[in-house]
Amino acid sequence: MTKVETRLPAPTVPRRFPLRQKYLPVTATAVLISLMYGLGVINYPGFSDTQIVLNIFIDNAFLLVVAVGMTFVILTGGIDLSVGAVVALTTMVVALLLENGWPAAVVLPVALLMGATIGLGMGLMIHYFEVQPFIATLAGMFLARGLCYAISTTSIGIDDPFWVRVANAQLWVGGWFITISVLVALVVVLIAAYVLAYTTFGRDVYAVGGNPQSAMLMGLRVGRTRIAVYTISGLCSGLGGVLLSFYMLSGYGLHASGMELDAIAAVVIGGTLLTGGSGYLLGTVLGVLVLGLIQTIITFQGDLSSWWTKIFIGLFLFVFIVLQRAVTRRRR
Amino acid sequence: MSEREPVLVMRGIGKRFPGVVALDGVDLRLFPGEVHALMGENGAGKSTLIKVLTGAYHHDQGDITLGGEPVAFAGPHQAQQAGISTVYQEINLCPNLSVAENVLIGRAPTRFGRIRWSAMRRRAEELLARLQLSIDVGSDLGAHSIAVQQLVAIARALDVDAKVLVLDEPTSSLDASEVDQLFRVMRGLKDDGIAILFVTHFLDQVYEIADRMTVLRNGRRVGEYRTAELSQLDLVAAMIGKELAALEDIEEAPRREVAALERGTPVVSADGVGRAGAIAPFSLGIHKGEVVGLAGLLGSGRTEIARLLFGADRSDQGQIAVDGTPVTFRGPQSAMRHGIAYCPENRRTDGLVEELTVRENIVLALQAARGWARPVPRGRQDELVGRFVKALDIRPADPELPVRNLSGGNQQKVLLARWLITEPRLMILDEPTRGIDVGAKAEIQRLVVELSDGGMAVLFISAELEEVLRLSHKVAVLRDRRLVTELENTDGLDLDRVMAAIASGGAT
Repeated sequence: MTKVETRLPAPTVPRRFPLRQKYLPVTATAVLISLMYGLGVINYPGFSDTQIVLNIFIDNAFLLVVAVGMTFVILTGGIDLSVGAVVALTTMVVALLLENGWPAAVVLPVALLMGATIGLGMGLMIHYFEVQPFIATLAGMFLARGLCYAISTTSIGIDDPFWVRVANAQLWVGGWFITISVLVALVVVLIAAYVLAYTTFGRDVYAVGGNPQSAMLMGLRVGRTRIAVYTISGLCSGLGGVLLSFYMLSGYGLHASGMELDAIAAVVIGGTLLTGGSGYLLGTVLGVLVLGLIQTIITFQGDLSSWWTKIFIGLFLFVFIVLQRAVTRRRR
Repeated sequence: MSEREPVLVMRGIGKRFPGVVALDGVDLRLFPGEVHALMGENGAGKSTLIKVLTGAYHHDQGDITLGGEPVAFAGPHQAQQAGISTVYQEINLCPNLSVAENVLIGRAPTRFGRIRWSAMRRRAEELLARLQLSIDVGSDLGAHSIAVQQLVAIARALDVDAKVLVLDEPTSSLDASEVDQLFRVMRGLKDDGIAILFVTHFLDQVYEIADRMTVLRNGRRVGEYRTAELSQLDLVAAMIGKELAALEDIEEAPRREVAALERGTPVVSADGVGRAGAIAPFSLGIHKGEVVGLAGLLGSGRTEIARLLFGADRSDQGQIAVDGTPVTFRGPQSAMRHGIAYCPENRRTDGLVEELTVRENIVLALQAARGWARPVPRGRQDELVGRFVKALDIRPADPELPVRNLSGGNQQKVLLARWLITEPRLMILDEPTRGIDVGAKAEIQRLVVELSDGGMAVLFISAELEEVLRLSHKVAVLRDRRLVTELENTDGLDLDRVMAAIASGGAT
C-alpha cells in the first residue's frame, strides 16, 4: 500500500520582527528624555543651561560605567547583582591601600584587576557549575559587601594627592566643564559600543542572548562568551568603584548601596530586553540620563523628597517592561 | 553506481541516556555525491545518531572515521571545522540577528578584529544566491518565513567547506513548492560531491531524492539499502517491524451509520457559536460514539473551534449545550467538569510538562479534576498509570522516566493517557498524529476507533485529510474561519469531494 501524504500547505508565517520594532524601545526612551527635558526647561528657570546636562554626567559617570558592564550581561540573558557591592568594595580597597601609602599607579590597576577577578569567578561558577546567574551574583554581592565591613565598618577618607587632583580637575570646554570621570565613562561607552557592533565577541554576545542552544550548535563558544561578559561587568564595576572614589574621596561599605538595581533599571529603560539578544549601548546611556534627569527635576522642584526619584524610576520601569512585552509578544 | 570509498564511516556507535539505550551498535556509511536517507520511527535513534555525528553528543562506544582518518569531536564547532555541517529540525539560528550574521557568525570576515560588515553581506548574498534565494541580508532573520530560515540555515552549513551535510527533517514545515526548491538545491550540492544525510518522515520524498538509505529501529540498525532496490512497502515493514495491516483494518471495519448515531441529543452541541476575529458563528453537534472530523487548511479555524468548545476562549455569541442543557464555560475547568477533554496541537508548549515523569504528567488532569485538596493516592496512581502505559503501549514502559526523554509519538500517547484517565465524554484531538511516525500514527488512529466504539464522542482535527476521512463518521469542512458544510462519511465520500468542498466553500 502506498500512502500519499496530503498535508495541506502551511500559511506563511507572519513577519515577526519588522525593522522599526527593533528600534522601538530605544526610540521610546529618546522620546521620554526629550519630553522630560522639555518639561524641565518650561517649568524651571535655569534648567536650559547646558551645564545642567553635563552635571548629570558628572554625577552619574560611575553609574554609566557600571551600566555598560551590566548591558553586556543582560544582552546574554543574564543578570549581575554584585555590581553595587563590588563598587563599594573597590572604594574601600582603594581607600585602604592609599591610606597605607601605596602609590596611585599601583592602586589603580589593583582595583581594576580585583573587579575583573570577582566577575571572572562568578562567570566560571555560572558556566561550569551551571549556577543561575541570579544566585551566583547574589553570592558575589554578599561576599563583596561583607568584605567591605571586614576592612572597616567606618568610612576611610582619601587624601592621596593624585586622587584629589583627578577628583577636582575640571575640563573646561567653552563655558562649560566636565570631570575626568565623565571623560573616562564616555571612552568606556565608545569602546563598548564598538565591541558590541564590530567584533566577533560582541556579535557572539547577541547570539548567546538570542538563543544559547542555537549559538552552541552554530559552533560559537557560548561558555567563553558567558564567562567574558561577567568578567567585563566585574571590570566595569571596579572602574566604577574607582570613579566613585574620585567622586566621594572616601571608601565606605555603604557606598553604592542598591546601585545594582539602578544599573539594571538604566539598562532596561534603555530598551535592552531582559531576556537577552536585543538592545543597544546607546539605550543604556539614555537610560542613565533618564535616571539623572528624574533626580535633577526633583531637585529643581525643591519641595519633593528624594524618594520621589525611586517612585518615578519604578513607574518608568513598569512602563518599559510592558512596552517590551508588547514588542516581544508581537514577534511570536 | 560504482562502490566508491565512503567519505564518512560510523561503526558500532552506542549511546545511552539514564534509563534508555538510545543507540546500540549502529553503523552508517556516507558516500560523496550521494543523498543518504536515515529512516526510522520516532524514538528509533535518528536524532541521537545525528547529534553524535555532529559532536553535540559524545558516543559511549564505536568509532567515526572521516575521509579515512579517525575523528572525535568535542563539540559542534570541531565537527563543523572538519567539514560536517548540520541543519537541525528546529531551525537553530538566532532570530534576533540579521540574515547575513546568521549565515556567517562564528566566521565573520574581520580586519584587525573589526567585522567587515560589507564583506559579510556580500559573502552572505553569494551563498544565498547559490540557493537561488534573493532577500535583504541586512534584515532580521525572524522577519522571514520558516522556509527561508531553513534555506539560510543551509547556506550557513555550506559556507564551511562542507564534505558532509546533515539535513534533519528539513521539509517538515515546508510546502510543496518549497520542498521542490530544496530538492533542487540538494541535487546541485550532490553534483558538487557533497555527501548529504537526509532525515524525513515523508516516504515519497525519500524515493524522490535519496540514493541510499539506512533504517533504524529501537536504536539498532536494521540495514542499509539502495533506494532503487527497496520498495516502499518493504521500507515501512523494516521501519516498524510489524504488521502493516493495522491501517487497513480500520478502513475495512464497518462504519456505523451517522443516522443511527445521531439519534437522541448530542453530547455537546454548538448553536450559532462564534467569536469575532477567530471563527464565524457555527452549529455543530457531536453525539455519543461519534467521530466528527474537522477538515480545512491550516488557519481555517479548526483549532479555534476546539478552543471554544473547551472553554479556552470565550464565545461572544451563540450557545453551547451539554446533553441538551445550555452551559457557559468560564474556562477549561468548567469544560472539564462537563467531561470535555482537549489534546492541544502543540504538545511541547501547550500540553506536557517535560521535566515531570510520565506518571506525573498522566495524573495531572485527574488531579486537577479532583481539586488540589484531595490528592490521588499513590497506589491508585500507579495502578491507573500502569494500565494506560500498557494499553497505549507507551515505550519505554517506565512511568518514572521524564517525559522529555520520550520520542514524539510516545509523548503524544502520554498526553492522550492523561485525558483518557479522566474518562471524558467528549475528546477533542487537535493534530494528534502530527510529526509522529507511521506506526505510532496507526496506533493512535486505532485508539480513536476504539474510543468511539466504547461510546466516547470524538472531535478529530488533522491536516491529513485521508486520516480525517478514515476515522470520521461526519466531516465538517472549514474555510476561511467559517464552517461551510457538513459531509456525511458514506462510501460516496472521498478525498476529491472534501478537497472540492474546501476549494469551493461547500457549494458542491
